[in-house]
Amino acid sequence: MRILLLAVFVSVSLLSINVKAIENANPQTEQRIRQLSEKLRCLVCQNQSLADSNAELAQDLRQQLREQVAAGRSDDAILDYLVQRYGDFVLYEPPFKATTVLLWIGPFVLLAAAALVLVATLRRRRRVPEEPALGPEDRRLVERVLGPAVPPERDGSAR
Amino acid sequence: MKRFLWPLAIFILLVGFLAVGLRLNPREVPSPLVGKAAPAFELPVLHQPDKRFVPGDMRGKVWLLNVWASWCVSCREEHPVLMELSKRSVMPILGLNYKDKGEDAQRWLKQFGDPYQLSVVDADGRIGIDYGVYGVPETYLIDAEGVIRYKQIGPLTQAILDDKVLPLAKALKK
Repeated sequence: MRILLLAVFVSVSLLSINVKAIENANPQTEQRIRQLSEKLRCLVCQNQSLADSNAELAQDLRQQLREQVAAGRSDDAILDYLVQRYGDFVLYEPPFKATTVLLWIGPFVLLAAAALVLVATLRRRRRVPEEPALGPEDRRLVERVLGPAVPPERDGSAR
Repeated sequence: MKRFLWPLAIFILLVGFLAVGLRLNPREVPSPLVGKAAPAFELPVLHQPDKRFVPGDMRGKVWLLNVWASWCVSCREEHPVLMELSKRSVMPILGLNYKDKGEDAQRWLKQFGDPYQLSVVDADGRIGIDYGVYGVPETYLIDAEGVIRYKQIGPLTQAILDDKVLPLAKALKK
């Protein structure tokens, strides 16, 4: 019994040493892998990044990242490796090129259009329509209905 | 009246965009590999592990590379289509047994039938990554020069074969 317990103890502590060893495997490398995998989309569960996904493919791809980082490849080279295989879709931030121009500048075009419409509308509103002048015909009609014109009072209250 | 026309036009335009968007399948990511040379590999053959296969062996032929696995449920759905195709011996079908156990794979083929001229073993999925595999089954149509001409993500159906793969293969054989 005692031997069994001892064996369990030893194996558990060995396990924990092992875990520690993985955790301590060069924090800088781990940091880089993390940063890279956050920029990449997991293709199996498309709304998760490679860093967040536990899909088997994501694990394989993270392993690839790890190996390539360890081999000293640059971030761009590694991203390129994945784009060559899975297309721009793996990148959360699509590159700027002919097919993505609309994607990148579309919002600004919409914003500019909206601003133009706003300015035009405001201008149109500021132009107060002139009051139509009364012709002699109208004056006569008014006088007939309301009586002869009274000169305006000068107390400022009248318009 | 006229001031209602603009919002109405914009609304119809939006509905149009959304209607198209709803019909697209977000899982079908256009593969950058179509039109490029099929990535090279050298892998053991499933039934003869001491033998190795390279895609160059198929030079001069138009062929299908089908990525499958015994754990893959959609592969079962697709399997009768492949069996039928192999019976008609239109073109060679080769299997890439993806991240599978050898015995499971062989049992699977025994149970459902083997449509493949041969299957190669990609046990760790590394070649799968080179081919941009992310949803087994996937199928590649490769021409006589070793260029990938078409990629099917997800199970092949008779309709896809008849409408896309077979006409394209026929054109490529000329």
